[in-house]
Amino acid sequence: MRRLVLYSLVSFVLVCVITSCKNEQELAFGRYFANGKVLYENHCQNCHSKEGQGLGLLIPPLTDTVFLKANKKELGCFIRFGLKKEIKINNTVYNENMPADDHLSDMDIAQILVYVTNSFGNNQGYYSVLEANTDLKNCK
Amino acid sequence: MKNLIIIYLAAVLLQSCTGENKNTLPILGNRQVVEKEVNGKMVVDTVYQTIPPFSLTNQDSVVVTEKAFDGKIYVADFFFTSCNSICPIMHRNMLKIYTKYLNNKEVKFISHSIDTKYDTPSRLKRYADKLGVKGNQWEFVHGSYDAIFNQAAKNYLVTAFQDKTEPQGLVHDGWFLLVDKQKHMRGAYDGTKDDQVEKLMKDMDILLQEK
Ligand code: HEC
Repeated sequence: MRRLVLYSLVSFVLVCVITSCKNEQELAFGRYFANGKVLYENHCQNCHSKEGQGLGLLIPPLTDTVFLKANKKELGCFIRFGLKKEIKINNTVYNENMPADDHLSDMDIAQILVYVTNSFGNNQGYYSVLEANTDLKNCK
Repeated sequence: MKNLIIIYLAAVLLQSCTGENKNTLPILGNRQVVEKEVNGKMVVDTVYQTIPPFSLTNQDSVVVTEKAFDGKIYVADFFFTSCNSICPIMHRNMLKIYTKYLNNKEVKFISHSIDTKYDTPSRLKRYADKLGVKGNQWEFVHGSYDAIFNQAAKNYLVTAFQDKTEPQGLVHDGWFLLVDKQKHMRGAYDGTKDDQVEKLMKDMDILLQEK
């Protein structure tokens, strides 16, 4: 009997921890997404547009989910150090120049990426500032 | 008595409505009152500022003068190809207007590069291509520093200047200027604002109705 009580108590605590964890991540996601939207409006929207459509062949759209997924760990580097190389987005070649934005902190970048990779038809979930810390250290 | 007031109010309302419906656009810029002789009599006339003759080079390295705009209404702006602040917004909006009036022989566009050093015709050509603009309904023009900056300040009455303290060294504002068939400036719109761009397109339709 004592054992049963103990087991149920432990499993109850475990369930609580897991659900609160999930809630916490959901909360963080919401917070990142909301802040990321504002940061996107101030730092990216002039070029990539409100709907992430870009501008002709001068600025690529942010709608290529496959590209964004494949380059997940490098997206932060593109923002901080700029991007100037040939890339293929939605089967179209772009070879332009995105200027570096060195005003943005790791946290800002994580939030912007949560917004971008979960808008415009993308649905990649959460990206924490801890992941951003690591990925930004490894920029080539 | 009460009825009278109502009728009066209705009349006033109606008048103010029709007044607005007249749909004419003001003529912007300086004006001069001059006296001139008509049929042996001296009469007073108002002369409005016009866009004077100019000569610039477009994306196909062809000289463009005011003659290319004779009998047309047009929209003018100032930008540069490497501008990474407001220009993409302006040209995303201009592209929308351009698409609406594509192949309309009475409508033209002219974008003046204020980066007179680097934006050579071949760079302007590359830019126009990548924007998806073909032919010469939309001219992207290159000119000497004086030609471009005079055009901005004196003729289109907008701000554009070099400033070494600015991140990109060039300052300009995002106006779209609407010019009529007589080369009078008829409107100025913030090319970065959606509602102003909508207004510009409405005003273009009004101008197209004018003789
Ligand atoms: C001055 C205009 C400009 C600004 C501002 C800008 N970008 Fe870009 N961006 C570009 C251009 C141009 C490219 C293509 C670069 C190339 O061809 O190498 C690009 C490429 C990208 C790419 C990779 C290609 C793609 O379409 O997925 C991502 C992701 C991206 N930008 C995200 C952002 C984010 C997020 C911001 C805001 C922090 C931002 N950009 C701000 C112009 C800009």
